Amino acid sequence: MKILVPLKRTADPDNANKIKIGAGGAKIETTGLEPKANPFDEYAVEASLRLLENGQTKVRIAGDKLTIASFGPKEAATNIRQALAMGADDGLLFLSDDNALDGDLIARALAKVVEQQMPDLVVLGKQAVDGDSNQVGQILAELLQWPSATFAMSMELSADKKTVIVGREVDGGVIKLRLTLPAVITVDLRIVAPKSVVNHVTPATFTYPDGARFTPLPMIIKAKSKPIVEASLASLGVDTALKSKYLSFALPPARKGGVKVKDVAELVQKLRTEAKVL
Amino acid sequence: MSKILIVAEVAAGKLKRTTHSSITFARSAGLPFDVLVVGQHVGTAAEELRGFGAGVVKVADDAAFANYVGEVYAPTVAEAAKGYVVVVVTASSFGKDLAPRVAARLGAGFASDVAGVEVAGGVLTYKRPMYAGNAIAMMQITSETQVVSARQSEFEAAAPSGGLSALETASTVAAPLAGRVEFLSFDEVKSARPELAEAKVVVSGGRSLKSVEGFKTVLEPLVDVMGAAMGASRAAVDAGYVPNDLQVGQTGKVVAPKLYVAVGISGAIQHIAGMKNSKVIVAINKDAEAPIFQLADYGLVGDLFKAVPELTEAVKKIRAEG
Repeated sequence: MKILVPLKRTADPDNANKIKIGAGGAKIETTGLEPKANPFDEYAVEASLRLLENGQTKVRIAGDKLTIASFGPKEAATNIRQALAMGADDGLLFLSDDNALDGDLIARALAKVVEQQMPDLVVLGKQAVDGDSNQVGQILAELLQWPSATFAMSMELSADKKTVIVGREVDGGVIKLRLTLPAVITVDLRIVAPKSVVNHVTPATFTYPDGARFTPLPMIIKAKSKPIVEASLASLGVDTALKSKYLSFALPPARKGGVKVKDVAELVQKLRTEAKVL
Repeated sequence: MSKILIVAEVAAGKLKRTTHSSITFARSAGLPFDVLVVGQHVGTAAEELRGFGAGVVKVADDAAFANYVGEVYAPTVAEAAKGYVVVVVTASSFGKDLAPRVAARLGAGFASDVAGVEVAGGVLTYKRPMYAGNAIAMMQITSETQVVSARQSEFEAAAPSGGLSALETASTVAAPLAGRVEFLSFDEVKSARPELAEAKVVVSGGRSLKSVEGFKTVLEPLVDVMGAAMGASRAAVDAGYVPNDLQVGQTGKVVAPKLYVAVGISGAIQHIAGMKNSKVIVAINKDAEAPIFQLADYGLVGDLFKAVPELTEAVKKIRAEG
């Protein structure tokens, strides 16, 4: 079983309100914001590892492999390295200027990566927290003509590893789909809940801690010797013309804070007489 | 003449209100539009859509569409989309899943969660929030066909405009992937409450509610007495207190109700992205320094386990007085 996880380097999402708009609205400046792996991509790494290991014995299934692919500047290697410390085996970094990429191009480039790497499964975050687009997994699945499931909150790999049942968290409930591999899955928050991933190797009684795993020092040291292959985006032989054109950026209008009320009675009174919403 | 194709959202034969936001998108672009309805037993939904000023309501009614599966819907939608300049779907979980697939099939550029549209000299420019709504981009799509998903909270549900659009049958296109993706079940969470994205009042809870029980016994009585939809912060979802489809925020639902009540929510950037366009915001939190107070119109610093039941009783009394 081979899994490919694309990973995006994004500006620290917890400080997204500190972004600035550059000269005349020409670009978004993220200077000073720590570059972090897109949180949903980190969840994709965690969920993939859970498919590839015995969670109880912490032993990886022999022959299985997890590869990370990233597009961006040289520095993105740091974020790939973190995924390697979590347990991924190797990384691919396709050097490119972040401003010369869009979701459509990334999906087309990933389709080429998939042709080269031949994974059984591509697991992606459902969206990147900078562009907030939510598109790459869907476009990739169509380009590859692979079955897919978005917004995954659970994955159950069949014992013969030929199919995966995915729980999709959608408006009003959960849809379950059975995909025949190879397939594309995009993950949502709940995929890292303690029992969200079932691979029939980890005992059913085993419970994962909630969230993405911590990387202990020995893993960080080990990750330093894992390979990250750099190549240019052009080496993939993909048309780099973008279909989207960003004209300008602006900060949103600020919302003024209001007043503090002293108790529930005052709150109710204000909502009735002032705001007139009760 | 450039024309827009709206893809309607239908669930179990019923037209979903998300569709009405796409109609508003088309009307605000000022371009003529047609509507495509894909599903099974969608006659009533198609009939309802004839009163909104569409040139044509196209219908693909087939047993293959009984349940939504992206791989099965996309070929039919892409086929119907030929000849249109813009294809629009509202960015519900249906639209978010479907729209990029259609774009891929058409080789079209895609813009997601569009919050506004302008047309000048025949060129469409879209407004898109990025970075959890901390930046607003103006962008264009350069491909011949354009696919967009429209943010429901930014396009108020359209009202019927009268008239009676023509009905047409759209051809059902076989889905090559149908054999490799099997729909197993839809485990629906039935709720008598209004849908989050459409509610006039939203009451949301955070991690400070401490448990599933906290939501049930403290928050839900307030939700119901206010006739509100219930929402939650990502922290509450992460903690497993409520399902993810109640999440309000950057990666959940974006809402803009008349009244938004944030209970025990500190106001992380991620959450604010989903509710800051609400008309009136109330925050109840024990931490006076919580960022939510910076944008709340009315802030109450206090213990939610005391304040919320009090508020519930007060609203109950008002309702009883009529």
